[in-house]
Amino acid sequence: MEAVEVIEGKVSVLDRADVDTDQIIPKQFLKRLERSGYGEFLFYDWMRDGEIELEPNPILLTGRNFGCGSSREHAVWALRDFGFEAVVAPSFADIFYVNCTKNGLLPVILDEEHCLGIAEAGEARIDVDEQTVDFAGGVVRFDIDEEIKHRLLHGLDDIGTTLQRADEIDAFERAGGADRGPVTTSL
Amino acid sequence: MPKTLFDKIWEPHEVADGLIYIDLHLVHEITSAQAFEGLRLAGRGVRRPDKTLATADHNVPTDGTPAARLIAEEMSRKQVEALEHNCEQFGVPVYSLGSGRRGIVHVIGPELGLTQPGMAIVCGDSHTSTHGAFGALAFGIGTSEVEHVLATQCLLQRRPRTMRINYAGGLGRGVTPKDLILATLGRLGTHGMIGYAVEYAGAPVRELSMEGRMTVCNMTIEGGGRAGMVAPDDATFAYIEGRPGAPEDFAAAVERWRELPSDDGATFDREVEIDASEISPMVTWGTQPGQVVEVTDPVPDPATMDSAPDREAAERALAYMALEPGTPMRDILLDRVFIGSCVNSRIEDLRAAASMIAGHRASGSVRAMVVPGSEQVKAAAEKEGLDEVFRAAGFEWRSSGCSMCLGMNPDVLGEGERCASTSNRNYEGRQGKGGRTHLVSPQMAAAAAVEGRFVDIRDWS
Repeated sequence: MEAVEVIEGKVSVLDRADVDTDQIIPKQFLKRLERSGYGEFLFYDWMRDGEIELEPNPILLTGRNFGCGSSREHAVWALRDFGFEAVVAPSFADIFYVNCTKNGLLPVILDEEHCLGIAEAGEARIDVDEQTVDFAGGVVRFDIDEEIKHRLLHGLDDIGTTLQRADEIDAFERAGGADRGPVTTSL
Repeated sequence: MPKTLFDKIWEPHEVADGLIYIDLHLVHEITSAQAFEGLRLAGRGVRRPDKTLATADHNVPTDGTPAARLIAEEMSRKQVEALEHNCEQFGVPVYSLGSGRRGIVHVIGPELGLTQPGMAIVCGDSHTSTHGAFGALAFGIGTSEVEHVLATQCLLQRRPRTMRINYAGGLGRGVTPKDLILATLGRLGTHGMIGYAVEYAGAPVRELSMEGRMTVCNMTIEGGGRAGMVAPDDATFAYIEGRPGAPEDFAAAVERWRELPSDDGATFDREVEIDASEISPMVTWGTQPGQVVEVTDPVPDPATMDSAPDREAAERALAYMALEPGTPMRDILLDRVFIGSCVNSRIEDLRAAASMIAGHRASGSVRAMVVPGSEQVKAAAEKEGLDEVFRAAGFEWRSSGCSMCLGMNPDVLGEGERCASTSNRNYEGRQGKGGRTHLVSPQMAAAAAVEGRFVDIRDWS
């Protein structure tokens, strides 16, 4: 994953609440075996029907509970492929939020009032380390988990990092922690 | 200090702060291909294939196609073949087409006895919350996390907040677990549970069968909840006993499991009280599961809604659904009925639906289909003669899979078709582009098929 430090530029606005991942990337595009090439299918039905128009700006600003529904990471791949580097919203669905952080797409949670301000300003500068969004209406701070921030700032590979802790996992398993649960290979 | 059910599962699974151990990892064809490819590219293996199980469910045809290589649709065929190949290469057991144990991943986990109290369970599917019905901590993850769990058997995870929903009273006649959860979503909204692990509690939940509890926990994600759970009890233990994955020393396991329910005095970050006796049969009218009313209500008027986002969402939903405010829900005419999906496709659901239609026929204007949750459910239903009941009533009887819940296989709604569906999502285009979905219980769906419109099953015979 590439490091994410500062995201700066124009803002695309999708003024809708509860946008689900079925809209972000419809089912017919989930049959591909790759992680890339989803950008042209972003919001496929809404874009094709002319219901919405979105420019591939660095920042997407949208409504509460963005990314609800299916766990499909294809939704994040599509947003990233399309050109978005950050999504700003009053809230995100949990699985979608995590999926964003695994792909260098920065999710920023801000209250409705500041979201409106950023939409009006039309451009913004987001500093991950400072945890700030700078726009014509002022500078506002956002919360982000320290661990997630660290991984984004350094573009860390989660799996590689966890595998460096294999000793801890080995010890946990030896202590009986892995005895719980069934054995799927002997059914 | 008194602990919650959640605490009692979370704490013993912490390998370290923020790193939890996974007891069971379920895998399917849609969200795993890129994860296996990631392992291959990095030269990594699957750490614990013996804690991993795969099946093909999302895009499989329901016409009885007996092997992956015979799937007519090319991309689906390639995806299922990729799953089989990946599982073979990495030593992961897989139940694919042709296996009598194949089925929807959230149906076969419990059915095989793999889903057990106290476990941490993940799957690259948002409806993994289903397994919480057994007093497990179970939640959906994305493909990057699937790869992480395959490689490490662990997951980086922040402790969620806890919520308990206390139901009082009892469910009335004709009111099902599906109505209980739909009414709860109507109350809390589709974002009301974000960030929470939710425990469903109270006598009305205790009285539910395991199938009913799975229905309730399944739709936790529709409220944005991280996980849904019900404390394990005798009903849980009786369901698991004798199944292939059940612990060898079952008595010892039950003794451990009995320690899991939340202690008296345990505190939750949020508690909600709901009177179950006030719940009626429910029908969704919009394009989110929380846009729901009682079957006896009319389509709501967005103008009466206080919050601007709710009002705007309702206006868009009504336009998509082609509904006018004030229209009685019971006047809405249907084209299709779908009985199936991971929320309502188990044997009890099929029995309930069949009991409504014995001696009736589906309306001539409705195409109705039943898709059992697994090959085992299908076989059990056929043994009881349920397939004959459905066929005699003019319903199609299909093979198992996710089917028209998400329309990744040939089972889809046509543009503008209106469907009473026992599934869990009524999003725009979910069951097919331009399709209009109303979520209901299996009993409501069956009765609606006969009448060609929604009926209040409490006064229908």
